[in-house]
Amino acid sequence: MRDVAIIGVGINRWGELWESPLRDIFVESALEAIADTKVDHLDSMYVGCMTSGLFIGQEHLASLLADYLGQNHLPSARIESACASGALAAKCGYFEVASGASDIVMVAGVEKMTDVGGDGATYALSTAADAEYEVYHGVTFPSLYAMMAVEHMHLYGTTSEDLAHVAVKNHKHGAKNPLAQFPFEISVDAVLNSIMVADPLHIYDCSPITDGAAAAILCPLEMASKFTDKPLVRVAGIGHATDTIALHQRKELSWLEGTARAAKQAYKQADIKPQDLHCAEVHDCFTIAEIMVIEALGLVEKGKGGSAAKEGTTALGGKIPVNTSGGLKSKGHPVGATGVAQLVEVTKQLRGECGERQVEGAKYGLTQNMGGTGGSAVVHILEAI
Amino acid sequence: MSTSARYTREIPQRYRLEAAKCKGCSKLFFPPRLICDECGGKEFEPHRLSDKGKVVSYSVVRIGPSQFVEQVPYIVSVVELEDGVRLTCQVADAKPEELEIGAPVTIEFRKIGEEGDAGIIHYGYKAVLDRFK
Repeated sequence: MRDVAIIGVGINRWGELWESPLRDIFVESALEAIADTKVDHLDSMYVGCMTSGLFIGQEHLASLLADYLGQNHLPSARIESACASGALAAKCGYFEVASGASDIVMVAGVEKMTDVGGDGATYALSTAADAEYEVYHGVTFPSLYAMMAVEHMHLYGTTSEDLAHVAVKNHKHGAKNPLAQFPFEISVDAVLNSIMVADPLHIYDCSPITDGAAAAILCPLEMASKFTDKPLVRVAGIGHATDTIALHQRKELSWLEGTARAAKQAYKQADIKPQDLHCAEVHDCFTIAEIMVIEALGLVEKGKGGSAAKEGTTALGGKIPVNTSGGLKSKGHPVGATGVAQLVEVTKQLRGECGERQVEGAKYGLTQNMGGTGGSAVVHILEAI
Repeated sequence: MSTSARYTREIPQRYRLEAAKCKGCSKLFFPPRLICDECGGKEFEPHRLSDKGKVVSYSVVRIGPSQFVEQVPYIVSVVELEDGVRLTCQVADAKPEELEIGAPVTIEFRKIGEEGDAGIIHYGYKAVLDRFK
């Protein structure tokens, strides 16, 4: 297996892009990633997208997007694993390069979510849960994560205020990210006084509905300096695991075993420990999710995730800054694009390109992307060379 | 939401809580599966689950998906039945403040929803709090 480098990244406008179709949203980020390198061709591409079928009535994206990128006939595959589609596309690209099958591979993610109304979007996203044994009974994603939160609160004393601090922290980071959908700060009171979506989760505990894309270019590390003059970033470790998609089939609702297993593999491959990391982008689709994820990643002890944002452990300047981009909460969550956008942020951190939100001297950064209530999880560890 | 075929084939689970018991290791599966993840067994016998259980966790849905917008707010819950099997369902006829982890419930046969004036009416299970224990 060959070492793999990320040599280019692209991310464009995120938000409610009423005027742009999915294909253009993808192509803008993809072209930016290509322009970030000196490559003159692609060997193949993988695009993560959760459910363009339900959001815009369009499947067969792999070919459509290759064509509109000006790469008609390029081998291209669309990857789906709910909200972890983006990171899984990156994993597929990684192994294609590592195996020697291809040299220059684009990995990207895209989602166009605002062509349907709020209840349509809620329905589309709910298909990441068990359609026949969860969704049939009227559960929504906020209510599934709410049930995880209720158990976490019961077991460990986590409070609604603890949850609010995650949103406040991520908005504080996002305010320093010009690409964020909601680049402004919010207060704990604003979160606690926002409308209740599914008790105990307020609307400010939830990530938004977003149109957006992100892309990265991979190549063998040994060729990387030929295609970029920027600091080199190596994919040091990858982990991937699944779990039951029905939340009720797990023994502990508030423990993300899929993420814990994916992280274990990634740490092992990278030969580092959680405390060696300098930054992490994690899947805060809801505030409680970030709390459970940092526990599963070993960034804090099990049960201790609740106070991390409040105490500043996971803030910029803290022991392990989490979601310097603003996370899904402030930056936005175009579901299929999120996993790749996380890789874009960590790559920029390791290259020292993050401006006001830069983590000084960052050498190791992690991304964690998950689908549903954690039924799929992909962890990447990147290293500045 | 469902075609009639899809709806009909789920009736044993929705109407009667029919699970499958592995003949090799006795592990229960709801819904039934074709292979046991414990012992690899492929032979099962039908098993009617207990209708008694307790609340594992719960939430109140205040913003609902398209098919349930007219029912909000409603309570959803993960329930563990006496057999150890867990399932997701609504908690009917209760106020949010009555819910707590560990609250005893009984599973009842209830209407879940319907597909407009001429569509299928969906039935299934909901939990009801055992208030007088």
